[in-house]
Amino acid sequence: MNEKEQKKNVMHQPIDRLGFLKMSGVALASTAIILAGCKKKSSPQPEPEPTPVTPSNVVDLGSGDIGVLNYAYALEQLEAAFYTQVMATPFSGMTAQETQILGDLKLHEIAHRDFLKAALGTSAIIGLTPNFGSINFTSRASVLGTAKAFEDLGVSAYNGAGKLFVDPNFLLIAGKIVSVEARHASAIRDLLNPNSADFAGDDVVSVSQGLDVARTPAQVLAIAGTYITNQIDASHLPTN
Amino acid sequence: MNLFNIIQRLGEVSTSDLLKLPNVEHLSKETRSSGKVSASSFSNVSAISDVLNFALKLEYLESAFYTQGVSSGVIPAADIAIFQQIKKHENAHVAFLQSTITSLGATPITSPNFDFTAAGAFNPFTVYGDFLALSQAFEDTGVRAYKGQAGNLITDNTVLTAALQIHSVEARHASEVRRLRNKNGMDASAKGWISGNSRGTLPAATQAIYNGEDNTTQGTVNVTTVTNVGTAAIQEAFDEPLTDTMVLSIVQPFIV
Repeated sequence: MNEKEQKKNVMHQPIDRLGFLKMSGVALASTAIILAGCKKKSSPQPEPEPTPVTPSNVVDLGSGDIGVLNYAYALEQLEAAFYTQVMATPFSGMTAQETQILGDLKLHEIAHRDFLKAALGTSAIIGLTPNFGSINFTSRASVLGTAKAFEDLGVSAYNGAGKLFVDPNFLLIAGKIVSVEARHASAIRDLLNPNSADFAGDDVVSVSQGLDVARTPAQVLAIAGTYITNQIDASHLPTN
Repeated sequence: MNLFNIIQRLGEVSTSDLLKLPNVEHLSKETRSSGKVSASSFSNVSAISDVLNFALKLEYLESAFYTQGVSSGVIPAADIAIFQQIKKHENAHVAFLQSTITSLGATPITSPNFDFTAAGAFNPFTVYGDFLALSQAFEDTGVRAYKGQAGNLITDNTVLTAALQIHSVEARHASEVRRLRNKNGMDASAKGWISGNSRGTLPAATQAIYNGEDNTTQGTVNVTTVTNVGTAAIQEAFDEPLTDTMVLSIVQPFIV
């Protein structure tokens, strides 16, 4: 059996799966201890570091299904914070249609975020601090352009993460969320270029196969990371 | 109400019971007898190609529907770019699924014959409202159909990812068509996402497409208890799956 088959085998053996997740918890705890140790070591000799790698700003997503769920939780936090800001400081001339859509997206992303946090329980990562310095919230083009980027990114993230789950129940829940993200992406793209082919444009859906984008966590975080103050450590996520 | 409750519950209830997916049941039986899942075992490959042939049937339906719709003249010039794009995708999905099924060593099904009037109930190629109504019905069904099969593809990363990549394209289509019906004055309540279990102004015969979309419990989490977001938005925020049996019964009136 290869690693993938072993992983999938686990899902049919409840006791083993419990053990697997307990092991994940142990791994997480060990990481925290190591990081805490690093902090103590370095504290006697404070050195000027512009972006110090300390437990305070590195967020380890963890491993296994929990890690993948934390990855989703991180992205939903980012989206929820973005739309919350969009609706708190609406750009000038926001139409009734735009207000309805952006307001709905805010609520949906908060629901996703709060659900994932509850599902993860004590395994959930901390609340992240967004960095929206590059976004002009008074500009329709900036807000809708960012919304388009975030929704397309979310779709590609869930599409790429589906295979990382061992438990089909988590895969199903991710599936329930990703199609809503795709509905969002379509609506935002249609606001930007109404009644065109852009809702499912050739830039995101391959012409030859009709497939949407799928990205690895590393590819997604390279983009999303620029909007998050915290450093995200995805190195313990499964890769297949 | 946390992850570990879900895990513990999984220890008590079989996976197939939770998911209510016939093909997972099939896989689980194989697993229980052999003690392991092998990606190369015959029944596993067979189960995967069965899922893909099920998807292919839906893609044949959509492909035929949009091919006829785009050439029928029923679509106004202002909206034609939308349906040319959707037609292009459904045709690509047919070709992709055929080639994937063949590469698995199985045989793609041939296309059924379709009657998009459903024996005279609709006139999609002469009445634009009927065309849009059926388009929404087919796209929302397609999203639920792929979602319902994802678990059956979990042992094959490549096929699972491709299915997810089709699934989100169907969701993009569904959102666009739902909003187009609103813009064209056919359903003032229609948003890109599904509200509650509402079919809006679609005929009562389509209700099965929306039943269960008002679910607010995900895993073991009653989402209404963990967020300040209201029930309506929670229902919109999660799309729900359909079993293959339900999907086939929904599209059956269009297959002759």
